[in-house]
Amino acid sequence: MIKVENLHKNYDEFKALDGVSFEIEKGEIVGLLGPNGAGKTTTMKILTSYMPPSGGKAEVAGFDCSENPLEVRKRIGYLSENNPLYPEMSVLEYLEFTARMHDIPKNKVMNRIIDVVKDCGLKEKLQQDIAELSKGYRQRVGLAAVLIHNPDVLILDEPTAGLDPNQIAEIRDLIKRIGREKTVMLSSHILTEVQATCDRVFIINKGKIVAQGTPEELSSQAQGVTVILVKVRGGREVTDKIRMVAGVKNITEVPSNEEGALFYSVDADPSTDVRVGINHAVLDAGYETLELTRKDVSLEDVFAKLTKT
Amino acid sequence: MNHVITILRREMKSYFNTPMAYIFIIVFLGFNAWLFVHFFFLNNIASMRAFFSLLPWVFLFFMPAITMKMWSEEKRSGTIETLMTLPIKDAEVVLGKFLASFLFVAFSLFLTFPVPVMIGLLGVPDWGIIIGGYIGALFLAAVYIAIGLWVSSFTKNQIISFIIAVLITFALFIVGEDLVLVTAPSGMVPLFRYISLGSHFQSIARGVIDTRDVVYYLCVVFIFLYLNIKNIESSKWR
Repeated sequence: MIKVENLHKNYDEFKALDGVSFEIEKGEIVGLLGPNGAGKTTTMKILTSYMPPSGGKAEVAGFDCSENPLEVRKRIGYLSENNPLYPEMSVLEYLEFTARMHDIPKNKVMNRIIDVVKDCGLKEKLQQDIAELSKGYRQRVGLAAVLIHNPDVLILDEPTAGLDPNQIAEIRDLIKRIGREKTVMLSSHILTEVQATCDRVFIINKGKIVAQGTPEELSSQAQGVTVILVKVRGGREVTDKIRMVAGVKNITEVPSNEEGALFYSVDADPSTDVRVGINHAVLDAGYETLELTRKDVSLEDVFAKLTKT
Repeated sequence: MNHVITILRREMKSYFNTPMAYIFIIVFLGFNAWLFVHFFFLNNIASMRAFFSLLPWVFLFFMPAITMKMWSEEKRSGTIETLMTLPIKDAEVVLGKFLASFLFVAFSLFLTFPVPVMIGLLGVPDWGIIIGGYIGALFLAAVYIAIGLWVSSFTKNQIISFIIAVLITFALFIVGEDLVLVTAPSGMVPLFRYISLGSHFQSIARGVIDTRDVVYYLCVVFIFLYLNIKNIESSKWR
């Protein structure tokens, strides 16, 4: 459905995209993950034919994004970053406006609006001005407008940015529901989001794709080590004791957020549970364990590892 | 064409959904009426000559106020991105925005009708001249709007958009004034007079609709709309 080959984009000297290639099949939900400025938005702007690439090829549904922009745009629903809307319009007016711009026949406009309003849970807000809506509702209006022409492909640039946790969950569910029938590409720098919604993830950094795969594949890449966080009240000699525990590979001190407490990050062998051993080691030394947690190796670690400069 | 009308309707709504349109109309009418009445009773002639000769100066500040937000606001709020990723042509958007501003001005001009009505009641004016004057005013407004719209497409700051548009239209207006012409090199005088907005308006305001003036106005409108489309296109390349 989406095909990108060796895409380049330069803003003057700055290389925003440096040879990005990927393919997205019909029906997939794909996450584009990367730190700010990695090239996520640029990739999306090229795919929506908002701007042309400096080199390479981008295709949506078989149409070239720079040669056939109108055909591409007909098949895409694009929610751009920060979800810009016309604040002085009511929700209904805005949806009507978008429907007309997509050449939806007059007698079908109302039906389409009813459909998307139901999908996005906007029924009560239809007559309200967009300016009066909360951020969560605005996001729904943005999504409703993106869905109005029933596009095959959805491109969503940070769809949950700036929302509160409840709203994030709602929007995520919505995207998942919509994504059953459509090809979706969404960008984010929040890992849990991508983990929760996407079938496949591309990690992008400095204009290059540095890793790709399912969320599970990516987190297993980073495994091989378990990280345990220990907070201890006592002296620094405790590290020697902890190091002696079977299975512990390495120990590093991390800045403590509590006065009088020392905070350590312990790398351990994932095959053995070293928590009990660590606790005993601390007690043997005559100190107290204040906290002991196992940190799950997540996509976050992969991300941090791959995108660290 | 459907897209143009949709854009036009949206822009019209956005004018009238904010107090801006009403403030504009009230100030525009009040200002015009005051200036006109001031000279009307001094001259004691049943004509709108004073009204139309002042209009270009009034337009100088009022037209950029109408067009300043057209692109600047879209750029500032980011809606330009949504707009330009819809399956529509850039030219359709430019045309829709132009027509929206134009209709708004035409509406404001229409609301000045108490002035000719009052003259009709007080004396016997030459209606041909008055109608000619209104047509000329519409042409002049179209030019100011095309320029203001084009300027607006360069910046996300409405104030900058306003000031630059005033400066450009002012320059284009005064190049034909005698004060400028006497200092200009003699070879350039016919050219200056030709490109000046003011000299073309004077003949129309007298009630003479000359095809040369009409062609001039249409050309200027067309040129600036074209430049506008090109600028919107090229701003995407950056």
